[in-house]
Amino acid sequence: MDEIQKRLLMEVADLHGVPEGAYNIRANGQSVARNSTAGIDITSKTDGSGIDIRIKDGTRNQSLHIPVVLSKSGLKETVYNDFYIGDDCDVVIVAGCGIDNCGVQDSEHDGIHRFFVGKNSKIKYVEKHYGSGDGTGKRILNPGTEVTLGEGSTMEMEMVQIKGVDSTVRSTTANLAAGAKLVVHERLMTHGSQSAVSSYDVQLNGAGSDADVISRSVARDNSYQKFDAKISGNAPCAGHTECDSIIMDNARILAVPQLEANNIDASLIHEAAIGKIAGEQITKLMTLGLTEKEAEECIINGFLA
Amino acid sequence: MPARLHKGKSMLELKDISFEVHEEQSKSILKDINLTVGDGKFVVITGPNGSGKSTLAKIIAGIEQPVSGTILFDGRDITHLSVTERAKLGIGYAFQNPVRFKGIKVRDLIRIAVGGNISVAEACNYLSEVGLCARNYIDREVNASLSGGELKRIEIATVLARKSKLSVFDEPEAGIDLWSFRNLIEVFEHMREANGNNSILVISHQERILNIADEIVVLADGAIRAHGSREQVLPGLLGTGSAVNVCDKMGGGAL
Repeated sequence: MDEIQKRLLMEVADLHGVPEGAYNIRANGQSVARNSTAGIDITSKTDGSGIDIRIKDGTRNQSLHIPVVLSKSGLKETVYNDFYIGDDCDVVIVAGCGIDNCGVQDSEHDGIHRFFVGKNSKIKYVEKHYGSGDGTGKRILNPGTEVTLGEGSTMEMEMVQIKGVDSTVRSTTANLAAGAKLVVHERLMTHGSQSAVSSYDVQLNGAGSDADVISRSVARDNSYQKFDAKISGNAPCAGHTECDSIIMDNARILAVPQLEANNIDASLIHEAAIGKIAGEQITKLMTLGLTEKEAEECIINGFLA
Repeated sequence: MPARLHKGKSMLELKDISFEVHEEQSKSILKDINLTVGDGKFVVITGPNGSGKSTLAKIIAGIEQPVSGTILFDGRDITHLSVTERAKLGIGYAFQNPVRFKGIKVRDLIRIAVGGNISVAEACNYLSEVGLCARNYIDREVNASLSGGELKRIEIATVLARKSKLSVFDEPEAGIDLWSFRNLIEVFEHMREANGNNSILVISHQERILNIADEIVVLADGAIRAHGSREQVLPGLLGTGSAVNVCDKMGGGAL
């Protein structure tokens, strides 16, 4: 890997080198490093379109890193990664994609991740997106995530896209069995003329299933964001979505809350708020010695922390 | 008014400060205010609601700009300096209604106030000073989960952490309970003990705060009606709205 790829790797996966545990590192369309462990087996799909990850029943306290870096201008790829996770597992999965585009052609990575989680497993999934490079070619990321959670399983997803991605259409769907729980924390910042669309379709199918989808975003300059979250309660269940956005400059934000109750014992809540930074917040931080610009950065960083 | 209240250096000088608001028609809020705060003084500005006290505090901090007049701080003209520049020169300001921040933790605010990295133990000291059990608060977000009273105490802690030459408190007692009110008096006393050259300017009409003042300024209808030592001014205020007994205001008899 070259220096640019190493830098991207650090941005998206906090990796300085080869990680511990299981990993698959994909650079410019090819797998450049891979390690399976006793509990986590990584194999290439036979048609070359991605990887299959199989995690054995009872695999606990293990981690899996599957970062993707693109440093070649004009590269477009769609990758399908399937995760088959057994029962009673407890694993951390760190994905993420970094694109550096110094050229004039668009670079695009569309990663489709499908999770099939067994019973009583606990998954933490972290996905960071990052773009850099000053070429005119766009950096495009379109992640698709499909989650099927078995009875009593929990998945906590952390999705972060703070810098440099020109265009994103993110789609996340989830189906939850009885007693399953999904928690999503999404953090997004767009600037320049970027556009980001994030949509969720969560189906609470089993009794006692629970979903909490929380998005915090900052839209600056002329950027556009759309947050479209739908939770359907098909059984006695609890669902909550929250979209909290700071709007700046000439940005535009559209929040589309959707709750669908198909069962009398479905308890569903949506909260949405869009607003600019309050002048008093800036003033308070200025009385503590920050400049107006520093105060603004501090408020945004805190909000997205 | 006594001829010379301020022996020694004067830290803050307001000269002919006027302020107006322009809504449907211009309204004068402050008229030709002349006020000097000496080094190491504890000065309380009192007066009825709407007398312009809070506006005066904001003008000192740079949050509002006067329409005319000059502000000197340590002899330097700061009239046109920004809030940030004044903060860096040594003016602290505690909001009457503190601001909430989603995602910013109490420790972050205190770190910003100190202006550099500090240990958790140091940050905790400032919270203990305002009567908050530091361990429970240091990692809390300064958001809607805090009560008004908690927020107010954190606000005061951030101003303590700045160790400013001049600390301005706009109605520090507003929104806090009786227990913390007692504590507040101790906070001011500790501030004075910690650095005898620093000055404190408090907007308040609470008798207990007036009771520890070196000097009292009475503001009404945008003008200074009286300015003198506590001994000179306080007797004339007792029983008026400018010197409220905390127990009366809180329903009485609690002590």
